[in-house]
Amino acid sequence: MSSNKLIHALYDDDDTLLSAVKMIRSQKHEIDEVYTPFPVHGLDKALGLQDTRIAIMAFIYGCIGFAISIAMMNFIMIEDWPQNIGGKPSFSYLENMPAFVPIMFELTVFFAAHLMVITFYMRSKLWPFKNAENPNPLTTDDKFLVEMGIHNNEKQLEKLLKKSGAIDISIIEKTE
Amino acid sequence: MEEKIMYTFPNKLRNLAFISMILGFLGLAYGFLAAPSTIEESKSMLISDHHGGHSESNSGHPEEILGHNTSNHDSVEKTEHSSENSHGNSQDHHQGESHDLEHDEHVFHQLSNKPWAAFYVAAFFFFMISLGTLAFYAIQRAAQAGWSPVLYRVMEGITAYLLPGGIIVIILLVLSSMHLNHLFIWMDPEVVAHDKLIAGKTGFLNTPFFLARAIFFLSGWTLYRYFSRKFSIAQDHASDISNHKKNFRISAAFLVFYIVTESIMSWDWIMSIDPHWFSTLFGWYVFASMFVSGITTIALITIYLKSKGYLEFVNDSHIHDLGKFMFGISVFWTYLWFSQFMLIWYSNIPEEVTYFITRIEDYNLPFFGMLVMNFIFPLLILMNSDYKRINYFIVMAGIVILLGHYMDVYNMIMPSAVGDQWYIGVPEIGGFLFFFGLFIYVVFKELTKVPLLAKGDPYMGESKRFHY
Repeated sequence: MSSNKLIHALYDDDDTLLSAVKMIRSQKHEIDEVYTPFPVHGLDKALGLQDTRIAIMAFIYGCIGFAISIAMMNFIMIEDWPQNIGGKPSFSYLENMPAFVPIMFELTVFFAAHLMVITFYMRSKLWPFKNAENPNPLTTDDKFLVEMGIHNNEKQLEKLLKKSGAIDISIIEKTE
Repeated sequence: MEEKIMYTFPNKLRNLAFISMILGFLGLAYGFLAAPSTIEESKSMLISDHHGGHSESNSGHPEEILGHNTSNHDSVEKTEHSSENSHGNSQDHHQGESHDLEHDEHVFHQLSNKPWAAFYVAAFFFFMISLGTLAFYAIQRAAQAGWSPVLYRVMEGITAYLLPGGIIVIILLVLSSMHLNHLFIWMDPEVVAHDKLIAGKTGFLNTPFFLARAIFFLSGWTLYRYFSRKFSIAQDHASDISNHKKNFRISAAFLVFYIVTESIMSWDWIMSIDPHWFSTLFGWYVFASMFVSGITTIALITIYLKSKGYLEFVNDSHIHDLGKFMFGISVFWTYLWFSQFMLIWYSNIPEEVTYFITRIEDYNLPFFGMLVMNFIFPLLILMNSDYKRINYFIVMAGIVILLGHYMDVYNMIMPSAVGDQWYIGVPEIGGFLFFFGLFIYVVFKELTKVPLLAKGDPYMGESKRFHY
């Protein structure tokens, strides 16, 4: 079980943060969360996070958009109200396909992009008017924060974090 | 650590290059010998090859309308036709008999063009690889790229083929202008005299200006290549980065020169084979083709050298980046291919759409096959991020992309040069093998000359550490 005491270490440089994370993890301590003002390149690997699966979803969403665009254009332009496209009234989807390619492309991108964003929000438990979770507003400015649970090793952790280059260390009692 | 910095050209590879050149030469020679030298020969070839099945695939062609409207020909009996454009023009109100005669002559020209066109397609394809690589190299220099300096020597090796390859292409252009073949019908004064459209273009499309342009373009590219290589080697042992800075400056200037001249080159060397037809994005289209072929060749040669124990400073992140470029530029090529195709298909203007009608009717398999090879295959294979780090996938996709762009050049040149008399036979494969061998020989020979690591480059440290 996680303890009800947390330690917060503040860093002022992303390179220091990255080497600190590597050092902490190499000493077999567990990092609960890292808050950064911007995406830090390589942090996910340093934290040992699982690879994101959003790329697979992007492909599937793109395929859905692609299929929907074909069905939609086929219904609108061929079945429901057959159109004479480019002076070639063939009324066949395949023969008129070049005219639909831009739409097929755009809807593929549209579906992939929008559904990916929605998926990301849902997986990150983000929604409008949600209260911010970051414990220190400095992490929205220029500071980086590492959060760890304390398991009767307060002194040891403090020493370790100091050594790793933290500019400020604070102990937080969980209120909930 | 034992570092293999100097490359030695293995005998095996050298032999492969020579065997390929000899086989290719024999194939080309056979192609030239087997081409008909008289109309009678061409007729008998057709009967035996096609069982007389070749008929009026070119008639009923939209180009005919054009011919009626624009050339005020009063049933002129023309003697020099080689493209279907002029074929269309002359289809006037001849009696069936004279039309047959003319048709035979037309086919004769197409058949005698065939070995020349096979030679030209392969010569241009391999030349285009080195020109595309040169552009990629100049972009890396001008952008002061941090990831790619470990690959500079490979790129410089590939661009060594620019001069020999370019000279061969220009020799072919000179031979064409001496009427040894009918690849460029606008070079024939007889055709121009009866063709208002071509006559209107003679200010630009005339043989002396055409050849002068070709020599000017090749000199410009070669000069850049020469100086950039010189500065690059000088930088290896320099105490400051003045050579690097000079390289940066000439690369930026070269890119401006390149994009203008490459565009005009593509009109001259390829688009003018079909002198009635034009497309305003043709230069970009050819550029995309040469760019992706060049990048793919860099990737393939890098992987080959790595597999032989060289280039140990190249890691899989570099391969990954080349893979991204192969993927991205393949999509870019498709974008341009489709932009060109869709507008012409949609508007359906006879002068323009004839280009694609010929290709779809007579070249269906190579035309759509190349779309699969250049777009769908690399799209599906290289989409996954992890696959771009696996050499096997890059090599597989790379070979398909290169063959696909050979088909692209084939589709650009053959329909106007030989009409429906195409097949991929001995001269085509021979041409490919000949230039493949020459390319391998020149490129790998150049790689042995200087260390494979451009160690003086100020970005070398960043490039060696490069990690995605």
